[in-house]
Amino acid sequence: MDIPYTVHARPDTGLYNAKLGIWLFLASEIMLFGGLFSSYIFLRMGADVWPHGSSILNVPIATFNTVVLISSSITVVLAWAGLAMKNFNQFRKFMFLTILLGFVFLGVKAYEYNQKFHHGLYPSTSVFMGIYFTMTGLHVLHIIGGLVVNLYFLGPGSKMWKSDPDRFLNRIEVAGLYWHFVDLVWIFLFPVLYLL
Amino acid sequence: MAHDSHTHHEESFWRKYIFSVDHKVIGIQYGVTSLFFLLVGFCMMMMMRWQLAYPGEPMPLIGGLFSENLMPGGVMLPEFYNALGAMHGTIMIFLGVVPLGVGAFGNFVVPLQVGAPDMAFPKLNMASYWSYFAGAVIMMSSFFLPGGAAQSGWTSYPPLSVINPGQTVWLVAMVFIITSSLLGSVNTIVTAIQLRAKGLTFMRLPFMVWAQLVTAFLLVLAFPPLEAAAILQLMDRLTGTSFFMPTGLVIGGQPAPYTGGGSPILYQHLFWFLAHPEVYVLILPGFGVIAEVITNNVRKPLFSYKGIVSATVFLGVMSMVVWAHHMFMTDMGTKMTSFFLVTTMIISIPSVILLTVMVFTLWGGSIRINTPMLFALAFLPMFGIGGVTGLPLGLAPTDIPLHDTYYVIAHFHYVVAPGSIFALFAGVYYWYPKATGRAMNEFLGKLHFWPTLICMNGIFMPMFFQGLQGLNRRMYDGGVAYAHNADILYLNEVISIFAWLLGLSQIPFIINFFMSLKKGRVAQANHWESTTLEWVAASSPPIGHGNFAQAPVVYRGAYEYGAPGAKDYVPQNQA
Repeated sequence: MDIPYTVHARPDTGLYNAKLGIWLFLASEIMLFGGLFSSYIFLRMGADVWPHGSSILNVPIATFNTVVLISSSITVVLAWAGLAMKNFNQFRKFMFLTILLGFVFLGVKAYEYNQKFHHGLYPSTSVFMGIYFTMTGLHVLHIIGGLVVNLYFLGPGSKMWKSDPDRFLNRIEVAGLYWHFVDLVWIFLFPVLYLL
Repeated sequence: MAHDSHTHHEESFWRKYIFSVDHKVIGIQYGVTSLFFLLVGFCMMMMMRWQLAYPGEPMPLIGGLFSENLMPGGVMLPEFYNALGAMHGTIMIFLGVVPLGVGAFGNFVVPLQVGAPDMAFPKLNMASYWSYFAGAVIMMSSFFLPGGAAQSGWTSYPPLSVINPGQTVWLVAMVFIITSSLLGSVNTIVTAIQLRAKGLTFMRLPFMVWAQLVTAFLLVLAFPPLEAAAILQLMDRLTGTSFFMPTGLVIGGQPAPYTGGGSPILYQHLFWFLAHPEVYVLILPGFGVIAEVITNNVRKPLFSYKGIVSATVFLGVMSMVVWAHHMFMTDMGTKMTSFFLVTTMIISIPSVILLTVMVFTLWGGSIRINTPMLFALAFLPMFGIGGVTGLPLGLAPTDIPLHDTYYVIAHFHYVVAPGSIFALFAGVYYWYPKATGRAMNEFLGKLHFWPTLICMNGIFMPMFFQGLQGLNRRMYDGGVAYAHNADILYLNEVISIFAWLLGLSQIPFIINFFMSLKKGRVAQANHWESTTLEWVAASSPPIGHGNFAQAPVVYRGAYEYGAPGAKDYVPQNQA
């Protein structure tokens, strides 16, 4: 017996299973990053001196990265829209772009980290550097996770488009929701760490 | 329908029983593993009780089995005592009670009670169990590390936890356990909301499902901050950050090698933001079991179904805003203290409603006494004692003298040991016929129940007196060194003897658990003449997706007992 509502929405809740699942997962992710943002506030309130983010961190390059991630959020929607319109080539094009932008973000981040290490700034240098590396590092791990998922759907996972297109569309939607979340976390991280 | 997949291809042994994606097998895996860890955690405590009763004397029989750097000459070293204490708490909570209440019963019972063919995400379900298993293995492996296991209590407060050995492994294991509970609880919520049978509205759900649903929400929302705390503590330990390390810390006369500027109190906030909801994670599945067992054996509907469901939801929400009542001794100020004091008093109201509904349900019923019912009946006063003695701890003025004494230990153990664990025992005896097709032995069940009840009280009741006298809970020598403990020291021995007797009292249960697999009385599909959907499925439902011969349709509420006529109950699927 198959599990109901894996593909089509349950009429009274209006959701298919994976969609409810991903929203619950994202709720827990919000609590995870919420815990870290709260820690940031707590540590900053208790600190005697707290550096202004822009005096240590590279704001222009992070602004560039913000633009990169927001663009990737747009491309992932376009990839989904392509599938929804039964245009598999549009999906492939925009999913490829999304992944490319994700890698650009990672590359820029690696450059930034490298610069910091070069200047002798490590997590142990100060509480500010510690929370900077912890929060952005955890965010990077989330980006990597998202890239793995997206690469799978671009590559071997896309076979499902032939066998079960509705379910594949759902999968892309769910992966897209996660990708938006990762983007959203950065939109909070950027001002909090770099600008305030 | 259920057998379709089997006729086409027989699954391999590994797929069927080990890496199973079937919720019933995973539930049983969770159940057996967590019962094993309850025993492991209890054995650690029985060893600690020797040291407390007879400080400095070599442990008979097993003392020689341990290496010289743990127990030289059979005498427990303080570091080993601390490691046992930390691991007792960790194992009992994260590897024992929660996986039993949430993993085992949540997995086995919830899909059956909502009339679903399986959990919504079977593969995630398997991942959840194996992530828990990996976490458990990692946690236990820490005993074999050079520095030994974590020694900073299950709470792992810094700065001690950042300095002590063994903690890194503890933190890594916790990340696995947190992942497991996240996967499991997302699964439970989606199953209960999406896979409900036709006609099974929210207000017709058995209370067990409601309890599991609220518990799962607590796990989804409250565990991540602990994960955040674990990540920060790992950073402190591995990369030398100072999130939890204050400025000017001195270790053994030397300035600590940390830049400082962090806050140990921050960890406490993050930790208790999980750990207070965790208290309700420990007790709510128990209440779910109790509601099923009591209504079934009283043959009456719940006294107030709506009342208990709304109290549970309210309890879940409130449990998120009471955490700092564990922190009255920190310098968080009177405003914060008053806030958390008030919220704590508010949360006691829904807890009392839950208990009261259970007690009122008994009123006027013709009670069937069997082993699950005995455990359920004993749960009520035991949880009551645990709850009432918690009030002085929730009020700052009375908490301050009682803080960190044996009174606290007695209070929370009354809630968890003769509370939650009794409820979970009731659940094991109650659903065993459904899981195996055979009932557990009633005589052995009673032989398990009565000594367990007596010993539990023999252990925890004297601790109230010790705590009121001011005996600190973390004394390696049982408090011999302090004059104010002199009058109550003899109780240490009394408590220890009851603890070892409690160990012996579990033997009938272990025998019963395994013997009934083969020799137990064969159970009917609806062994207890119950109304809820799990009893519509075949006894010991076939392994593999699909629990029911036909998808059940629900026409009525969960507890229509006491109906006039030949049968005194109306099953939920009866039109």
